[in-house]
Amino acid sequence: MPPTDLTSPAEPVPGKAAPGKAAGALPGGGGAASARTPCGITFEQVVKRFGDNVVLDHLDFAVGAGERVTLIGPSGSGKTTILRLLMTLERPDGGVIRVGDDPLWHMERGGKLVKAGEKHLHEMRKRIGMVFQQFNLFPNMNVLRNLTEGPVHVLGLSRDEAVERARGLLELVGLADKEDAHPTRLSGGQQQRVAIARALAMEPTVLLLDEVTSALDPELVVGVQDLLRDIARSTDVTMLCVTHEMGFARDISDRVLMFDQGRIIEEGPPGTIFEEPREERTRAFLRAVLAS
Amino acid sequence: MSEVLDSYPLLLRGAWTTVQITVYGAVFALVLALAFGLAGTARGRLLRAVNRIYVEFFRGVAALVLMYWFFYALPLLGLRFTPIAAAVLAIGLNYGAYGAEVVRGSVEAVPRAQWEAACALNFTAAQRMRRVLLPQATALMLPPFGNLLIELMKATAGVSLVSIADLTFRAKQIQASTGQTAATFAVILVMYFVIAQALQVLVRIAERRTARMLGRGLPPRRSPAAAPAGEAVLP
Repeated sequence: MPPTDLTSPAEPVPGKAAPGKAAGALPGGGGAASARTPCGITFEQVVKRFGDNVVLDHLDFAVGAGERVTLIGPSGSGKTTILRLLMTLERPDGGVIRVGDDPLWHMERGGKLVKAGEKHLHEMRKRIGMVFQQFNLFPNMNVLRNLTEGPVHVLGLSRDEAVERARGLLELVGLADKEDAHPTRLSGGQQQRVAIARALAMEPTVLLLDEVTSALDPELVVGVQDLLRDIARSTDVTMLCVTHEMGFARDISDRVLMFDQGRIIEEGPPGTIFEEPREERTRAFLRAVLAS
Repeated sequence: MSEVLDSYPLLLRGAWTTVQITVYGAVFALVLALAFGLAGTARGRLLRAVNRIYVEFFRGVAALVLMYWFFYALPLLGLRFTPIAAAVLAIGLNYGAYGAEVVRGSVEAVPRAQWEAACALNFTAAQRMRRVLLPQATALMLPPFGNLLIELMKATAGVSLVSIADLTFRAKQIQASTGQTAATFAVILVMYFVIAQALQVLVRIAERRTARMLGRGLPPRRSPAAAPAGEAVLP
């Protein structure tokens, strides 16, 4: 039996925290992502191994520009590795990854693809932002500096411009009064909202969300999810999301990819995947997740 | 005892020399520790090899023997140093090697997640080090640096052997002129101890400042960030 309780979202309906906030636009002049055209993502025969363990086995898939795609599947099926390859935190062992039209880990030289240097990676990373499961805020800076450090030193904004952008984003994430706070003084949910704002401050065209609510207490999950729904609604940023929270996946995604052992075993719109999954493996996974 | 205490201007001048050599030596050692310690964290094999060679060589030789080299042996090869320069070079090179290991270990002890977050914000390698890793590593470095600083200060007693008029040198003068062996060395024992305590206080202040910068030492407020990874949290 397919899991039926997914037909009604498991979380409280979004909107509780949403009205008035981020009504259609991010701060910084018409949306954090609107300054750039959104990028699609393509994986072509991508292989990733850790020792003898083949995590991604000649993986092919594509995400359209501005599309919201959620990766689901059991632990160890390679979902997080996909995000980490895209953020250049891990190096692929084979295949080509493209962000927009350009290869991420390669450069085209004389019609051939050669391994890219740090300069190329630096160029490509401009397009990509990531939010981590454990937030990873910098403990040696207050909240405001966490948000301005990248824009000032990487994007070359003036301090004032960066502060203005950061304040707008803190407003968006509902933490305008916390700019002087130290990250360790915030709750997990607040830290994660700061981390989301920090990623948006870099104006990425692709946003990677790696189990962003897994480390949060249940009562803090909703606030972060509502915020991400707002962002999904109000920007055209391409989102690639790894989550175990099926209600959230259902709300936010245009498409869901079910992974098992480094391969996509099933994909489709959330309604189809959650209500009429084709594969027995998907059904078993959804049953297990909902039972936990 | 009173004869010894009457020579206090001599002892104070000696103590001042000890403090000066300690400060010069510590600054030189710190510069070397940072340079070679960071080389040890580099990706490139060459830089890491430079770190290994420096650390293994200068950690393995006695500061005093090094000092004799700078003071007595190198002049024979045409390289001359003032006594103070010879002392500072020898002490700095020796303690810089210990410090380099502290720097390397501390930078490597900063959680990798911090490196990843800095990478995700597209910081360059230098920015990651300067703005994220090094500030956090500093908190880890300070306690062992405090130890090394006191060790270094005590090692300066050896400079009396290359005729620098430090505290130990003055004590030997006073002991020779008064014959009060126990009293003289008791007095400088206390003086070394006081200098060490003063250095310790400075390190403690630095430790407290870094702890504040990292949000430690603030009233505790546990965030629920410690849930095991990969666990599904369904509302």
